[in-house]
This record gives sequence, structure tokens and C-alpha cells, in this order.
Amino acid sequence: MRGNVYVPAMTLSSPVFRAVATCVVPEAGRLESAQWDEMEATVARAVAARPRAVQRQLALFLTVLEWFPLLRYARRLSRLDTARRTKFLERLQRSPSLLLRRGFWGVRTLILMGYYGRPAVAGEIGYRADTRGWEARR
Amino acid sequence: MSASRSYDIVIIGSGAGGGTAAQELAPLVRDGVRILVLEKGPRFADQEFTGRELEMADALYQDGGAFLTRDGTMTLAFASAYGGSTVVYTGTSLTAPQRVIRAWGVPGLEHGDLTRRSAKYAEQNNVHLLDDPLINDNNRLFVEGGRKAGYLVEQFPVNVKGCRGSSLCNLGCPNQAKQGTNRVQLPRAERAGVEVVTRAEVLRIEPDRTMTVRVSQKAAGTKGAPSEWAPGDYQIRARIVVAAAGAIGTAALLLRSPLPAPRSLGHGFTCHPALILVAEHPRPITNDVGHPKSYFVDHGESERFVLETCMYFPFVTAKSLTGFGATHSAIMHAFPRLQMILILACDHAAPGNRIAVSRTGSPIVHYRFTPETIDGLVRGTRAAARIFFAAGARRVHAPADPPLLESTDANRLEERVTARHFRPGMLAVSAAHLMGGCGMGRSAADSVTDAWGRVHGIPWLRVADASLFPDSLEINPYLTIMGLADRVAEGVRRDLAVARD
Repeated sequence: MRGNVYVPAMTLSSPVFRAVATCVVPEAGRLESAQWDEMEATVARAVAARPRAVQRQLALFLTVLEWFPLLRYARRLSRLDTARRTKFLERLQRSPSLLLRRGFWGVRTLILMGYYGRPAVAGEIGYRADTRGWEARR
Repeated sequence: MSASRSYDIVIIGSGAGGGTAAQELAPLVRDGVRILVLEKGPRFADQEFTGRELEMADALYQDGGAFLTRDGTMTLAFASAYGGSTVVYTGTSLTAPQRVIRAWGVPGLEHGDLTRRSAKYAEQNNVHLLDDPLINDNNRLFVEGGRKAGYLVEQFPVNVKGCRGSSLCNLGCPNQAKQGTNRVQLPRAERAGVEVVTRAEVLRIEPDRTMTVRVSQKAAGTKGAPSEWAPGDYQIRARIVVAAAGAIGTAALLLRSPLPAPRSLGHGFTCHPALILVAEHPRPITNDVGHPKSYFVDHGESERFVLETCMYFPFVTAKSLTGFGATHSAIMHAFPRLQMILILACDHAAPGNRIAVSRTGSPIVHYRFTPETIDGLVRGTRAAARIFFAAGARRVHAPADPPLLESTDANRLEERVTARHFRPGMLAVSAAHLMGGCGMGRSAADSVTDAWGRVHGIPWLRVADASLFPDSLEINPYLTIMGLADRVAEGVRRDLAVARD
């Protein structure tokens, strides 16, 4: 549990989550501890709002992600170097199995939500939308 | 024990359909008719529309905008709020194409009648073409590129009044410029004496016309006003019920109610599956300021796609791009130079694509992409890439391998963009035009309602939302929903007059 939010085991703050996150968004590797906390809290909130069955599927998929590379590389995902991790995830993304493609798509979406949902990201990428619209640009 | 109340007319939902029906029936209040609107979502104060992406998505959309189809390959976006999804659309206001209404073949539904009714709401909602000085570069480049590439580019009429160009329409207009039912029809109905209760979800409708309604408590720290009624369960009795909870909401409600509804209930679901494509220009453009959706290209009839200008927010943009890693990040960091196009596939009702409910009554949407729908997305992607390059973009990010199309690829798009890159689960497809489930038609053998939204075999129950569409509309649906809701209101008035006589 984090505060009032239920977080399934293996979802957050686990080596596999951060290992995938730094592949999906390479800049995440430069986040400071407080920024990781912010990103993971966003993901935790989103996960907590989903049905328990979905939360369990996510936890299971992250476990599969961690151990699956053992078959090919004799190492867990979180122990692979970035190049091999990226290659593995790219293969997963193109997998003939809808289950694997969909699982990776879900994890990728959560990571992107955590990273690009941070208010600070707007300044980093140059997104400048303002409720005042045109007036704010003059 | 739950409280009991009774009304003459209960309208379920307050979006384009429910809000319109409420306004059109409101004059009956003067004659002593008691009318209630039940809305599942809350009523938001003007200052609560902050434009902050995740905060507003959580507050406004079902599942924060991430409601998934059963197989998890598409997200469906629909809002719960006073005003329904009219709070979160971009205000694009088109009338139904004649060829589509003819193809629907609903006896008693004439294109001319629907057009006339839609025009009434276009006028009421200040629908007009935006002036040139309000058009941003993202839209202007679509026009220039589209025309150079040989497409007929048309301007969207939009329903705004005093638009300041925040570009945040899909997060609820922070300047109250968009003329949704929350700004126009519902306030009029309330002034005339219609009662609107928010945070009120109808769980089921019984054959004796009693509804079980659950009014929720406002959770601490969340947006929106508390409900007008005390939290708890209510038994609401009505002489006439108008279901306008949106395509998914209405079909799910009727499916979990013990009513003798026609067998096709829930079937015929379509949704214009959509992809967001971006392209990078060599210089910064105005994209995240100004009305985001001002132009479109309609190839629905010939190639099963429609292209629309659009501009989304950081997270939605990030999840919509294909792939991940350095290439993905580079595009995201080029945000000030990005042009964006939305590709909508004109899907058609297909066996198996339907709304169902779980054992606990929650909606489940079964949807599989047909080869024709995938083909529409592929053709639309190629067309969008042609427009981007013709507008001067130096590269386009698209479902391809690798996902970056350089200008040298402009002449070999058929080879670079193919159906094999559009496999479900590989790309972020989403839909916001949710249609069907209670389709109109001749009889219970082929449909759920008649041409006036009356459910076959249940004369006191009518439907007034996009679930009435027997097939895809192939354009943005809200004016058509309002036109159909206007007909439903007319039918209800007729029923009441007959009852009085």
C-alpha cells in the first residue's frame, strides 16, 4: 500500500519497472529520486483505479517481462544492458502474440503517462498551451 | 430503505441527446409535467477547468479516458459530467450526409427532416466558421498541404462563442466558449423548471417503470459539486423514460434491466477508430494555441477515412506515437515544431462488434478491426503523410518500420505504410465517436427502436443518443444526435397529448 492507493507487488519501484521505463523514455534515466517518486505515484494512481483483475494481470506481465529474457540471454531483464533490453522490448512489441503485444502496450502507456504526465515535462518538451490562449502568446 | 419519488418524464443522461430532450420538453413544466434529468457525472464550476491533462482526464472521462475494449486493443473516450461528452468535444458541427442516412434505410427517417432539426441546434449553439486570424499554423499547414496534395479541404463549423484559443477543448473549455449542452440547453431547461440531479447513476429499469438510482457522495479532494440529492439509493417512478446515457451507457443500462428488449440490443456498435499522426517541421509553428480542429478532408465514401486537424497534450501525444526509445523521445522534444492530423476510419457495423455487460452489470465492448477498417486507417495514414510532406514537413512519424518517414519516402508511401504495421496491439487506436447498440429500424426483428427512438415493444421507453445510429455516421456525430433527440422529444409530447385526451 502507498497511502490509500493499492499497489500490486512487482508494479512499481521494482527493478523491472525502472528497467523498462528507461528504455521507453531514455531521459527517465536522468530523473532524480523525487521525480521517480512523482512518476511512480502517477502510475500507482492510474493502476489503483483499474479493476483488481487488471492490476493482477499487470503484476503478472511485469514478472513475465523480468524473467522471459532468461531463455535467450541467460539474464533477467533488469540485469541486461540497455541495447539488449531495447532489442528484447522491440521484439515483444512486434510479437505474433496479441497477448504479449497488448501487455507491452499497456506497460508502455503507463510509463508514458508517468513521465509525460508530470507538470514539469511541458517546459522540457516546449509544450506551452495556456488557458488564456492567444493572449498568453502576445 | 431507499427513498421513492415519481415524475412524468425521466431523462437519463445530459449530453447532446439528454440535454436536447430536456430543453425541448421543458415547456411542458408549465402544464404541470414533472421532468427529471439524471446525470451520472458531476456538475463542474467554471474555474475547475484547469487544462491540466491528467487532472482533467481523471475528472471528466470514464476510466480517465482509458476505457478499453474487451481485447484491450482500443481505448474509448467518453465523458461523465453535466453536459456529457459535449463538455469534452471540440465543438465540430456537421450535419449528417444524405448518402449515410439513405444507407441506414430507417423507415420514417428522412434526411431533410434531420437536417432541418440539426440546423435549429447549429443556430442555437452559435455554429460558425472561425475567422482567419484565429487559425493557427497547425491548421493552416493542413489546408496548404492538403490542397497541394490534391485533396478537397473543408472548414469545420464550430460551436464556440468568445473562443480564446486555449487549444484545450478536449479537457473541457477553460473559458466556457464551447456551446455544449452544459452552456445552452441544460441551463434553459433548468430555468424552465426541469430538475437536474448530478452524480446520479441509473442502475436498472424495471418493467413497471421504476428505476433504481444511486446518488454518489463527492469524494474528498475531487472536482465537481456535490449532488443535488443526498447520497443513497432511490426508487424513481416515471410515466415516460428517455435513455440518453451515450452509446455504451444506454445499451448497458437496458441490457442489465429486466425488460423485454429486442434481441439486437447492444449490437451494431461502431466508433470511427482513430490514429494520431505527427510530423516535424524545420521551424516552430503555432500548434498548442488556437482552436485545434478547424479543417478536415472527407474520403469516407471513397476510401473509408476522414482526416481532421488536431492537437493533443503531452501524454496523449506520447502514447499515440508508434514505438519507444530515442526516436520517440526526439519527436516529443520537437513539440513546438509538430503538426498533427487525426485519421478516423469509417468502420461499419460488423457481427460481433457489440456492447455487453459483465456479471456485475459493467459495460463490456467487444470490437474487432475488420480488414476494411484497417484499410481505412492505412489509406488515411498515407494521405496524412502526403499532406504533411506537401506542407513542408521534413519527417513524419507513422506506424511503419522504422516509424520515421523521411521526405525521400514521400514517393513510396504504399511500400512504407502497409497493413502489417497496423496489427491490433501494436499501435494506439482510440475512438470518441461511439455509436450504435440501440439501432433504429423497422421492427424488433431488425432493430431496437423505431425512427422516433421508441423501443419496440416498450412504448414508454425511448432512446435519444448516438446508440440510435444503425451504422456509422462517418462524420462527427453531435448535431445528428441533437436532431434525433429533437424527434424523440416530439414523440414524447405526442404521447402525453394522447394520454391527456
